[in-house]
Amino acid sequence: MLGWASKTDPTQQNITLMIEVNHLVKRFGPKTVLKNLDFQAQQGEFVALLGPNGAGKTTFLRILSSLSRQTLGEVIIAGYSLPHQAAAVRRQLGVVSHLPLLYGDLTAEENLQFYGRMYGVKGLEQRIGAVLELVGLAPRRRDLVRTFSRGMQQRLAIGRAIIHDPEVLLLDEPHTGLDQDACEMLDNVLRQVAARQRTVVMTSHDLVRVADLASRFDVLSRGAIRASTPRLGLPQDGLLAFYREALNTATIAPGGAP
Amino acid sequence: MNTVTPFIRAMNAIIWKDLAAEWRSREMVSAMLVFALLDIFIFNFALELNPQVRASLTSGILWVTLAFAGTLGLNRSMAVEKDRGCLDGLLLAPVDRTAIYFGKTIGNLVFMLLVAAIIVPIYSVLYNVNLFNLGLIAIIILGAWGYVSVGTLLASMTVQARTRDVLLPVLLFPVAIPLLVAAVKASGGFLDGSAISDIAPWLNILVVYDVVFTAVAFMVFDYVVEE
Repeated sequence: MLGWASKTDPTQQNITLMIEVNHLVKRFGPKTVLKNLDFQAQQGEFVALLGPNGAGKTTFLRILSSLSRQTLGEVIIAGYSLPHQAAAVRRQLGVVSHLPLLYGDLTAEENLQFYGRMYGVKGLEQRIGAVLELVGLAPRRRDLVRTFSRGMQQRLAIGRAIIHDPEVLLLDEPHTGLDQDACEMLDNVLRQVAARQRTVVMTSHDLVRVADLASRFDVLSRGAIRASTPRLGLPQDGLLAFYREALNTATIAPGGAP
Repeated sequence: MNTVTPFIRAMNAIIWKDLAAEWRSREMVSAMLVFALLDIFIFNFALELNPQVRASLTSGILWVTLAFAGTLGLNRSMAVEKDRGCLDGLLLAPVDRTAIYFGKTIGNLVFMLLVAAIIVPIYSVLYNVNLFNLGLIAIIILGAWGYVSVGTLLASMTVQARTRDVLLPVLLFPVAIPLLVAAVKASGGFLDGSAISDIAPWLNILVVYDVVFTAVAFMVFDYVVEE
């Protein structure tokens, strides 16, 4: 009904590795931001990437999204490697960042039309209608984006990111600057996206908010993944303890500085 | 064919987006136009010369006005992409990145030619000079293409910098000097009614400049926008 590509029942399909990162290193001049980082995400997984400021979360997502090039290491998304098959990778990706990546002087509908054309989306008008319904902005489709609140812009940013029905959705702290109601609306949209077996990787500082959203929690600190746990194995209210323990481990890693 | 179609589609989408956004805001063209009109008014009152001398200065005043107004537009055109992160949105699209360059360049060319289309008749009236000359129109199109082709490339580099408003003219004007000199000389030649053999060398420089800088931009744009 919403114009999404149909997915098979997750219990009956083969689990596919959608993101595979091996020994990733990223240096900016003399500063090494990512240090031998390994990461994997299966199809349909919702991974919350937690970590303090400066841990390298945004840099990691920019490399996954092909906006930044790794110094060393292997990045494979949906079977395509970066940076050599960047265009094929981009076709599989939807990205939501701190900024909405929307044009204020275009309407919500025109923004989606523009990005839909850039991605070569077939049946674009129908798809735009479906996406606007999904993000709850159908009544505002002909309003200029500069008249939208921050929450509405962020919901439209998700609509922009999924206009081409990507297999992988990357979100960099999408809740930043949103009030409680806007956060809840955003979470509902993310749940609907995740329910369609898309792979989601979301960075966040808000442990309470991601606790109900993600199916797995990874802690990135000092340039590497320090700990990872599925939500199922975590006791209620255990995320904070897990996070603190992961950060402490990172601080006193064996063999010197982490 | 399969690779050309997404290229043209993406390029057209960017041109459409730039024109639609500008139609709504009218920020860029207004700024360019106000600057251009002020420029020719000031020159008009400052140069109270006899008609012959004023006519000989026409091509110089016209190109100074177009070049400065064009720089305003180039800065604004890329700033719009950067301020709300839209440049990342463009770079995330699975298209050849040179389609982004040509889309932005053609959009900028349309705005520069629009400003030229408005100021040329006003200039004709103020300076009492007939500028409705097919040769001059061809030179304006050739010169504007060369200017926006190198300007869009440099603007995509400088937009990343904090001092982008200052940096673009500092980088662009020295690179654009051969183009502007050739455009001024060729425009003057057409307005004076010089023989085509006298104008041809300047015309050749314009064409070569356009071809070389369009080819350079085609080759390096991907690396310029790479982080």
